[in-house]
Amino acid sequence: MTKVEAVIQTAKLDAVKDALHEIGVEGMTVLEARGHGRQKGHTEVYRGREYTVDLIPKIKIEMVLSDEMVERAVEAIKVAARTGKIGDGKIFLTRVSDAIRIRNDDRGESAL
Amino acid sequence: MKNTRIVGPALRSHRLVLLVLCGVVLLLTVAAQPSKGSHQETSQAVPAGRGDSENARVTALELGVADAKASADNAWMLASAALVLLMTGPGLALFYGGLVRKKNVLGTMMQSFAMMGIVTVIWAVFGYSLAFGSGNGFVGSFHNVFLRGVGLAPDADYAATIPVETFMIYQLMFAIITPALITGAFAERMKFSAMVIFLGLWSIFVYDPMAHMVWGKGGLLNASLGGAFPTLDFAGGTVVHITSGVSALVCALYLGKRVGYPKIPMPPHSVVLSFIGACLLWVGWFGFNAGSALAAGGLATSAFVATHFGAAAAAIGWSVAEWLQKGKPSALGAISGCVAGLVAITPAAGFVSPMSALVIGFLAGAFCFWMVTAVKSRFSYDDSLDAFGVHGAGGTLGAFLTGIFASSMINPIFKTRSGKVLPSGLLEGNTHQLLNQCVGIAIAWALAAVGTLVLLFVVDRLIGLRVSEEHEIQGLDVSQHGEEGYYWEPSA
Repeated sequence: MTKVEAVIQTAKLDAVKDALHEIGVEGMTVLEARGHGRQKGHTEVYRGREYTVDLIPKIKIEMVLSDEMVERAVEAIKVAARTGKIGDGKIFLTRVSDAIRIRNDDRGESAL
Repeated sequence: MKNTRIVGPALRSHRLVLLVLCGVVLLLTVAAQPSKGSHQETSQAVPAGRGDSENARVTALELGVADAKASADNAWMLASAALVLLMTGPGLALFYGGLVRKKNVLGTMMQSFAMMGIVTVIWAVFGYSLAFGSGNGFVGSFHNVFLRGVGLAPDADYAATIPVETFMIYQLMFAIITPALITGAFAERMKFSAMVIFLGLWSIFVYDPMAHMVWGKGGLLNASLGGAFPTLDFAGGTVVHITSGVSALVCALYLGKRVGYPKIPMPPHSVVLSFIGACLLWVGWFGFNAGSALAAGGLATSAFVATHFGAAAAAIGWSVAEWLQKGKPSALGAISGCVAGLVAITPAAGFVSPMSALVIGFLAGAFCFWMVTAVKSRFSYDDSLDAFGVHGAGGTLGAFLTGIFASSMINPIFKTRSGKVLPSGLLEGNTHQLLNQCVGIAIAWALAAVGTLVLLFVVDRLIGLRVSEEHEIQGLDVSQHGEEGYYWEPSA
């Protein structure tokens, strides 16, 4: 089992979500995040004082998938989230040691 | 700077003092019932048809006309009083509330709201008397304690067609908002208890004398009642804005900067709230300025129009300055500009023409923009919400410009003994008035600065002014009031 974490532009959430649903991904967790890679922020001015806003709003999507699904999910996310400009985001994969369904104690891949 | 007094076991005695104080005030207030006849309507209709019927009917008619005019004046004045209160709550509360960080929104709004309660009681018990009772050139007296003698009969020195009680309640709203303005200077770091005591005392020792000097019987600066240095201040440029603005500067310097200022960014948590507050201030200001005509006639119209034009021109003035300097006109800038214009037009409202109001407004907008951006960062004082930059500076500019633009054609305030109208301001040919304006401005500055310094020192010695650093970081809402402004539970 692999955890797929994708940090994407906020405007791309719907497109990514639809693309994942299309390939059969049924479970995901969506978080509001702030951050930056190489993307520059912007400046806001209040009563003459300048504030550099360099933590940019982002969306983070997390899902734990069976290993056969992972590459298809990564491809779906990439295609849906890409604009070609700096700030598109990143995807990270990590190994998951176990998964448990709370409702009925299923464990392992059947819990996904 | 300093000021982190830790108050431990003294807390119980503080609660006792509070209880005793409330008890005493309540008892005295209950004992002070109005005198017989003070609350009877003074207008009486003369029954027609008795004696010489022609004369009797004319007299009845004349009384009826006077009555109708008095009713119109009273209606406008009561409405104006309500408008001015609206300026404090929620106008100023929202304007200031939106400008602070989320963790301090309630604390900030409470500071304005507390004035609505506390200044009212002080005013009722003896504040009005100190400001508007007959006394000497500097302060009133205790003649009207517990509003003795303040009933439905007019006081011709102040306003001949409305009950003096209306005059009193109208003036109260000014007394409320003035200390509330100062809270902008020490936002996010003052103890609620210390603020209550400090501003209560300020209302007594700074506001009441200043109001007396400019508007009270025998006041040194009173232009309508023959003061020695008649200062043209229609609605409170000196009394309200200079005193509060200068006091704000003193507070900001005495209390010191907020923890982390200016390194940590502290942008407004809700410009939306400030926007709503500013618009309420603009509308409420019609009561503040046009109501200062103390009647519903042409002078009220004049002041109303001047007020509006001043606000509009100033919003443009600030926005233009900002657009040129920063590249974008901000919403916060536009609303700050409009407030600056309203401040500057306050002393001038009932003395200047609409066109002059446009000029005054535009100049105030640009000037206050410069004060709040360039001057403040140059001297790096933490006047958190720009109470000095907008009210102190705007009020000073407005009071000065009033000496230039005041026109006897709008308001024939200066007359010879035989009734001949004299010129009011510089453009009309009165070169002397500018000097009188400066005297009024100087006295306001001096009284505010000295009074505030003394009171801050006293309250600091008593209980300490600033919250602890830990409480400041935690936020006033939780540390001073045990609440959060926004408590959004996850939906069930």
